[in-house]
Amino acid sequence: MSENEIDDNLDLRGVLCPINFVKTKLKLEEMQAGSTLEILLDKGDPIANVPRSVKEEGHKIIKVKKEDGDFFRVMIRKS
Amino acid sequence: MSYSEDWIERYSRHIILAEVGGEGQQKIGKAKVIILGAGGLGSPAALYLAAAGVGEIGIVDNDEVDLSNLQRQVLHHTTDIGRPKIDSASEKLSAINPDIKIKTYKTFVNSTNIMDIISDYDIIVDGTDNFPTRFLVNDAAVMSKKPLVHGAILRFDGQAFTVLPHVGPCYRCIFREPPPPGSVPNCSQAGILGAVAGIIGTIQATEVLKLIIDKGKVLSGRLLILDALDMTFRETRIRKDPDCPICGKNPTITELTDYEWVC
Ligand SMILES: [Zn+2]
Repeated sequence: MSENEIDDNLDLRGVLCPINFVKTKLKLEEMQAGSTLEILLDKGDPIANVPRSVKEEGHKIIKVKKEDGDFFRVMIRKS
Repeated sequence: MSYSEDWIERYSRHIILAEVGGEGQQKIGKAKVIILGAGGLGSPAALYLAAAGVGEIGIVDNDEVDLSNLQRQVLHHTTDIGRPKIDSASEKLSAINPDIKIKTYKTFVNSTNIMDIISDYDIIVDGTDNFPTRFLVNDAAVMSKKPLVHGAILRFDGQAFTVLPHVGPCYRCIFREPPPPGSVPNCSQAGILGAVAGIIGTIQATEVLKLIIDKGKVLSGRLLILDALDMTFRETRIRKDPDCPICGKNPTITELTDYEWVC
């Protein structure tokens, strides 16, 4: 599997904390271990909190990329 | 599995918990819990279990709401005085959480009806207020091999204990027999600080939720004792008694009996 291959994605722009994390968590629960989820997060609270909470659950943040339009593309590998 | 937006939002604070998650919340939604008594202990237990999303809650109580109940039985409001407690309870629980199913039984549990009532449920919450019923409930739980979360309150004191039949000790492993009638103050003769009922009933709800999600350690083999006047909790280790008349090696109690009421 290549580094940039994604298995699933969630657009969480406009979704407030903590529901953005809750949705990420629910999505990860139904994915296979080792697979990759890409999420889109707003700047501010979402990008400051969601990746940290995802890490606390034991998953890996593979990549965080700032996109034009004040949002971030975050790649997560499910543990 | 797709979840509704409402479900995600309602249970978000549960789902965030590493020990619960979407999976744990689904287990809670599938669980069936029977609460014996809609009084001081049953009220907070039922309110939290309904709010938590326990899929099916049974409530057993034969009483009507009395003005003197309202100081601690927080399921019931002043406007409920005179109504059956089960009706008042069912209304409040549905209002908190319309997703769950509430079943009511207008009766007191006794040796002839208890096995039938508990047969539809996974977990039993004892919120009854007298020793004879507590022993009956214990014996029925052991016989049906269903986990039982016991609670009791008196004045400023409370206790909680969880029976995992044949795995840990039961109530009779601690207290062999109901005390003789008249020897112990009971519900109607002794005072109770209302908030103490809230503490113990809420501990019972917490135990039920841990049993459902299968996380943490329940009060099996540990009797938790609260002294709210000094505000201390202590624990007494309890061993499974091999000579216990109901869960021991050679049980002498093989059928349920009704003990004489203390009240
Ligand atoms: Zn026993």
